[in-house]
Amino acid sequence: MEVSKEYAVQMHGITKLFGSFCALDHVDLDVKRGTIHSLLGENGAGKSTLMNVLYGLYQADAGEIYLNGERVHIKNPTTAIEHGIGMVHQHFMLVDNFTVTQNIILGNETANRFGILDMKKARKNVQEIVEKYGLEVDPDAKIEDISVGMQQRVEILKALYRGADLLILDEPTAVLTPQEIEDLIQIMHNLIADGKTIIIITHKLKEIKESSDVCTIIRRGKYVDTVAVQEVDEEELATKMVGHAVQLVVEKSPAKPGEVVFAIDHLTVKDERGLRAVNDLSLQVRKGEIVGIAGIDGNGQKELVEAITCLTKCESGTIQINGQQVQNTTPRNVVDHKISTIHEDRQKRGLVLNFTVAENAILEKYRTEPFRKHGMLNNSEILAFTNGLLHDYDVRPEDCAQHLARSLSGGNQQKVIIAREVANEPDLLIAVQPTRGLDVGAIEYVHKTLIAERDKGRAILLISLELDEVMNVSDTIAVLYNGSIADTFKQGEVDEKTIGLLMAGGKQHAKNS
Amino acid sequence: MQRTVRILKKPITSTILAIVCGFLVASVVLVVAGYNPAEAFGALFHGIFSKPKYISNVIIKATPITLTALSVAFAYKVGMFNIGAEGQYIVAAVASTIVGYLFNLPAILQVPLVVMTGMVAGALYGGIVGFLKAKFGIHEVLTSIMLNWIALYLSNFVVQSDAFHQPNTTATYPVNPSSYTMLLPEWKTSDEGIAFLKQYDWLSEVMLKTDINFGFLVAIVAAVVIWFLLYRSTKGFEFRAVGANRDAAEFAGINVNRNITQAMLIAGALSGLAAVMMITGTNPHRISTLAAFENNGFNGLSVAFIAGSSPVGCILQVYCLAACSMAANLSRRILALLRKLSIL
Repeated sequence: MEVSKEYAVQMHGITKLFGSFCALDHVDLDVKRGTIHSLLGENGAGKSTLMNVLYGLYQADAGEIYLNGERVHIKNPTTAIEHGIGMVHQHFMLVDNFTVTQNIILGNETANRFGILDMKKARKNVQEIVEKYGLEVDPDAKIEDISVGMQQRVEILKALYRGADLLILDEPTAVLTPQEIEDLIQIMHNLIADGKTIIIITHKLKEIKESSDVCTIIRRGKYVDTVAVQEVDEEELATKMVGHAVQLVVEKSPAKPGEVVFAIDHLTVKDERGLRAVNDLSLQVRKGEIVGIAGIDGNGQKELVEAITCLTKCESGTIQINGQQVQNTTPRNVVDHKISTIHEDRQKRGLVLNFTVAENAILEKYRTEPFRKHGMLNNSEILAFTNGLLHDYDVRPEDCAQHLARSLSGGNQQKVIIAREVANEPDLLIAVQPTRGLDVGAIEYVHKTLIAERDKGRAILLISLELDEVMNVSDTIAVLYNGSIADTFKQGEVDEKTIGLLMAGGKQHAKNS
Repeated sequence: MQRTVRILKKPITSTILAIVCGFLVASVVLVVAGYNPAEAFGALFHGIFSKPKYISNVIIKATPITLTALSVAFAYKVGMFNIGAEGQYIVAAVASTIVGYLFNLPAILQVPLVVMTGMVAGALYGGIVGFLKAKFGIHEVLTSIMLNWIALYLSNFVVQSDAFHQPNTTATYPVNPSSYTMLLPEWKTSDEGIAFLKQYDWLSEVMLKTDINFGFLVAIVAAVVIWFLLYRSTKGFEFRAVGANRDAAEFAGINVNRNITQAMLIAGALSGLAAVMMITGTNPHRISTLAAFENNGFNGLSVAFIAGSSPVGCILQVYCLAACSMAANLSRRILALLRKLSIL
């Protein structure tokens, strides 16, 4: 495309190599001034790399960058900021025990003519920007006291304070609640109205449809297409992103539930502050059935999982698997009773990142034959087992058994965990947020695996904050509110609105009133 | 390219690089101070390698530090910072001296008894730290440092107690000769031994002029055993999992607290072994009043971390350290001589 002043950013033929790996291969990006431009791609497609080149964190090996029609060389983030580029990273870079204002002026302090910090003026400047764009942040609040959504606004404020005309948002919605996402989209529109330009990195199709004007798709480091968002639907976007047709709604046959395998009876669990996080909760899961728990974060999901896996003690109530009580025992006992859990925090609880993939694959099995032989690790069996899993679950790169788990992408790390837990052949498989941070292709794969395991007759408990996921995958939907099950439904008997209302503590279902 | 990266990432590479850098920095300092680094290092290496006696002393000096380094490196792999190696060493030295002095069994029983005593004493002392961490979550650095001081004063208390204090010295009575772990201590001073050794100059120098003992073999065997335990056994798998990610290990059903306690028992036993080899293997075979820490444990700490907590790296690094400290004494004298020469 021709270089023109109409475009805030034009990146032409950007190529970036990491060693022999080509992260970006002649990628083009043209962003018109005053638009919201989304950058879509799978995990590891090169979206963040491209933006890091624009922000000066990486140097491209080939290609040109034009800002407002002029060729520029962005050596480092300082140059980028001078050119009016601001970037909000996925992980915030804020000082927790500083106030909002202090964080915003950090590195760009307002001083009076004696070189002394002028907090009053700084605060006034911050307040002005806050009001101009309707950001609703208290300039005097400490970062540690405000919500994640607010912290993100502080990051946006930081960029605006430094005079950014072009804002790059790296997966801004990954950490936000649905309400916060709506607010963010509103803020983005306010910014556009003032003539700013926004590039947003994401792999959530719904949000692209709701927020963006134009979307550029890259796949495995290569430019695929640039489309006007109004003219395409989500399926088309997904197909372009993954490279083949993707089913956004999982296909499955009706469940054939058997006897009850897993039963929670009047369970009460206290959280760290001594409050009842799980409150008199009862739930049953049958063989060959997926029970999904929908709920807003902080309604007891975390404590429920910790109680089932015996990471925390429960106050009262029972947890039974195949008729045997397992509450208040040890994590080992739970695993031995054929309960396997895909934990939501794969880097903290799921994997030992500095272990090899093979070592992670036997993290629970190392103590059993054939992996253990006379107290020694049987490496040939371990490798054979791991390679089998890697092949079955299509983990990439395919010969990664001896690589560190750290070196895998998020989606592949998740595949390793799922493969490991499913290989335990559990009677109950618990999946907590199993698709968090995964792209459409990987999500489809995870959902298919869960359904396949269901069809083998396993009981599956799915706990997710993504309402769509619970609605699509579960056979039975239980709504968690304030530590207990507000109501349960069969799939198809209920709409999203009813569930959403219950999740928010709205009126209980008719039968309870 | 990738091969280079892989080699660079090995702990052994960082060990070697650290040693090389040490020499480079030292050269700069020497040049600034007006010495010729080549001459100085020549003196250094002369100090280490010129006589078999020196080489032997380097090995003897290195033995306890190898074992304490191994103790620290092992604990670190399980996620524990064993700054208490010093205290474990002292306690083991005290215990093995007492037992070695009180008992006088045939060597075949006495040596294992004394060695076991030292290892058990060190293990229990390390175990306290592990237990307090596992049971009450008290940070190991805190308890270890306090226990180090307790060990120091306990040692001085024993040295000065009537039961063990040898009059007119600042030390206890030595252990009985049946506890000795030198190479053939009796034979080498017998007529037959002396006659045999006379045929080989270097051998007689090593055997008669130094306390060459079984310690260095014990240290190498211990390093290999620890490596094997960590990387080949399922127990070691648990240890490493706890060290690398406690949360994931717990979630996978590994008993984190039990592993922490066990690891500290083993680490303590290794420090204890260091002390016991020193007491039984070298003169004066007893403990003396300590005015300050002797740094057997703390040197182990530095060695372990320069070696990147790799058991094999520890061995290499420790010999360099021991060699340097041995040679430092000699080269100081030689440098003084050089200076005089240059003035002339």
